[in-house]
Amino acid sequence: MAKLNLKINGQSREVDVEEDTPLLWVLRDHLGLVGTKYSCGIAQCGACTVHKNGEAIFSCITPASSLTEDEITTIEGLSEEGDHPVQKAWQEIDVAQCGYCQAGQIMNAAAFLTKNPAPSMDEIDDAMNRNICRCGTYHKIREAVAMAAKLK
Amino acid sequence: MATLNKASRRDFLKIAGTTAGGLFIGFNWTSCDSPKVEVLSTEAILAQAQRFNGYLSIAPTGDIVIYSPNPELGQNIKTSFPMVVAEELDADWNKVRVLQANLDTEVFDRQLTGGSGAMPHSWEPLRKAGATARFVLVASAAKLWNVPAEEITVENGIISHKASKKSGHFGEFVAEASTMTAPEEVTLKDPKDFKIIGTAVKNVDNAEIFTGKPLFGLDFYREGMLHAMVQRPPFGMKIKSVDDTAAKAIAGVQDVMVYENNVAIVGTSTWPLMKAKKVLKVAYEPDGTVESTEDHNRIFKDMIANQKGEVRREDGNVTQAFKNAAKVVVAEYQCPFLSHSPMEPMNFFAHVKGDKAELIGPTQTPDRARQTAAGILGIPPENITVEITRLGGGFGRRLAADYVAEAVQISKLTNAPVKVTWNREDDLSGGLYRPAVRYRFEAALDESGNMIGYKLKGAGINSGNSTRQDNFPSGAVANLKIESVEHQSPITTNAWRAPITNFLAYAEQSFLDEVALEAGKDPVQFRLELLDKAKNSPTGEIKYDVDRMIGVIKTAAEKSNWGKDPAVKQGFSVYFSHRTYVAQVADIVQEGGTPVLKKITAATDCGIVVNPTGANHQVRGGIVDGMGHAMYGNLTFKDGLPTQKNFDTYKLIRMKEVPEVDVHYVDSGFDPTGLGEPALPPTGGAIANAIFAATGRRLRSQPFNEQEEFSDIKLAIRRA
Repeated sequence: MAKLNLKINGQSREVDVEEDTPLLWVLRDHLGLVGTKYSCGIAQCGACTVHKNGEAIFSCITPASSLTEDEITTIEGLSEEGDHPVQKAWQEIDVAQCGYCQAGQIMNAAAFLTKNPAPSMDEIDDAMNRNICRCGTYHKIREAVAMAAKLK
Repeated sequence: MATLNKASRRDFLKIAGTTAGGLFIGFNWTSCDSPKVEVLSTEAILAQAQRFNGYLSIAPTGDIVIYSPNPELGQNIKTSFPMVVAEELDADWNKVRVLQANLDTEVFDRQLTGGSGAMPHSWEPLRKAGATARFVLVASAAKLWNVPAEEITVENGIISHKASKKSGHFGEFVAEASTMTAPEEVTLKDPKDFKIIGTAVKNVDNAEIFTGKPLFGLDFYREGMLHAMVQRPPFGMKIKSVDDTAAKAIAGVQDVMVYENNVAIVGTSTWPLMKAKKVLKVAYEPDGTVESTEDHNRIFKDMIANQKGEVRREDGNVTQAFKNAAKVVVAEYQCPFLSHSPMEPMNFFAHVKGDKAELIGPTQTPDRARQTAAGILGIPPENITVEITRLGGGFGRRLAADYVAEAVQISKLTNAPVKVTWNREDDLSGGLYRPAVRYRFEAALDESGNMIGYKLKGAGINSGNSTRQDNFPSGAVANLKIESVEHQSPITTNAWRAPITNFLAYAEQSFLDEVALEAGKDPVQFRLELLDKAKNSPTGEIKYDVDRMIGVIKTAAEKSNWGKDPAVKQGFSVYFSHRTYVAQVADIVQEGGTPVLKKITAATDCGIVVNPTGANHQVRGGIVDGMGHAMYGNLTFKDGLPTQKNFDTYKLIRMKEVPEVDVHYVDSGFDPTGLGEPALPPTGGAIANAIFAATGRRLRSQPFNEQEEFSDIKLAIRRA
């Protein structure tokens, strides 16, 4: 077991876990931050997407012990009031069906728009291609990312 | 105007109350002919609110709580059900809060999600729930103001009497309403007066979903809860021996237990269990037949060629028709097993406490979850509570309660609250798949290209009846025979979004395209001619509405500019399933030598569209789902285990593979029917027919991208 000091959503959080524990399970099982989702566990679907220093990463394959020097942001910390432009666009476009993948979609979109604030539709497709939505909300995701870019 | 003459017991609900904490109104219609509204005390979820019926509570503040009984898995029922109640109540939607109801078979019936049946089943009860509450509120205002009820109007949650200039919100009349006699008749609105139904009301859970609040079963945690994962046997195998030494050595693993044919690993958090599963050594031995995909291919051929089918429908004399035929068309179509693969893997929480049990989690059938637990524990179902969480997708997988049973078993074994979690590999290998099916179609054409005979033989693996013998073109062909044959396999199957029709529609609509080609007829015209026969000279019973089917065909043809642009290669498909009619056209355009799938146009007749956003979600989502699985979905087996273990090899459709989807509705004015399933079945056929139109290649098996005929077609998918 290892005592890890993690910076999550601007707060210092200490956890005592096995060194190989992925950040996903530290968030969910040890810190009660269940907004970040488990779905495939092998970096294929993007449901577990969080930010490491503003970059989108797959928390399901990233050991928490490798992140002690980094700023981690989860869906719970993306904005104070749920009013990040991406969240606002997701509300406005009414993106969700089941909703399970949407936290990961939002985190990916938010990181992408920070790097590319005025993307083309093709660039949106490329960026969002790493997240699976089993319900098939892709049309609305695309529309919402484009809207969020304008809201910024 | 629809009128309620007699209410059934389940429309008005007596809520069993225990302690004080706010009044509510219960309608008890069980014991007398002239029912009275009785006031019972209860510990309501909302202390100040009064419960008018199973669906509805109103607080003195005017705030409204509407309970949504059916499990929400993305079909938007938690938003659309309350919209119907609020409509007839004339509520201010901004005052409405929606709560997911727990399982309550005393209060709700058909508390399940499946068969696209919720809205058609509950449409009238939901309307009555709103209308009867509105009636007693208006009667209360009439009494308090001493004015005739007929002169009172209600709008946006405000009750008004124009002549006396009196008005007030619902909450002001709730106390008086509790003394009122319930109506024996209630008038429902004319649909043209709907104000909430037909508007794009947003998903009521949006804020929670988009900020990561705990909503789903996997998000449920309780202090002191144990986590569990289960190692299940390959299909047709049983445990020979278990070596749990390495698994038990992992920190965080508390115990490894063998029960029935499973090995349960129990611990204090999820990750150690995932690691333990990888090092757990379980040896299996055959327990009956152990099958692989090559066995299935052989079995299919044998079933089609040699086995006598069960006749599902027979009209006229097919033998004679085929003897008289000028031309005969024959083709076989085959589909593989599919996994449901909802994004949230199977999981459930159970706490068995002596002769009581608490169940919490994602289920499409909470009552089956309860009955399953009752059976395992040998306790009465009423001793078991079921709390329904939001479901991270279902697609039919969560109609089964196998994973609920695991949570119950392990809670009983450990005498502790337990959450069972499946990893993705478990989810793909744990069974209950879309059955693999093969179809043989035969059509007899006369000299003029009329279809005078039609034969379909469906052969399925654990498929039940793999045909839908009364669907189109039955009724439109004078001589017809539909039969099915089934192979019993240890590989488990169950309903998968649009059961059977998810593949049958593709096969049938592709085959009809082949027949139209042989008959020298335009595919749309060919279908319309058949429907004309079904309308004017039907054969046998017709179990679909011919005019509604014609309606979606014509709308899809018109909206897609069918046949107008020679540069656009189009494929047509139409299907009636789950009470809803959907026609689709796929457009392929050649761009620099590459066929590009650009667009799918859909015309849907689901009657009244309750929520256009929700409807578009279901139609577009169903099309994306149908397309993704037609293109890529394939679950193959080796020695009783799926070869595909996760999303790296079991390919799901992604953002860049989705064309434009243009959605239209036919305004038929019928009561609403479900949309969770019906948009999926036509999609594969529309795409396959467009691929044929563009390339001359006929795809008779799914997934397309693994067929030899498709191997050198570099189909690109691009939105306009």
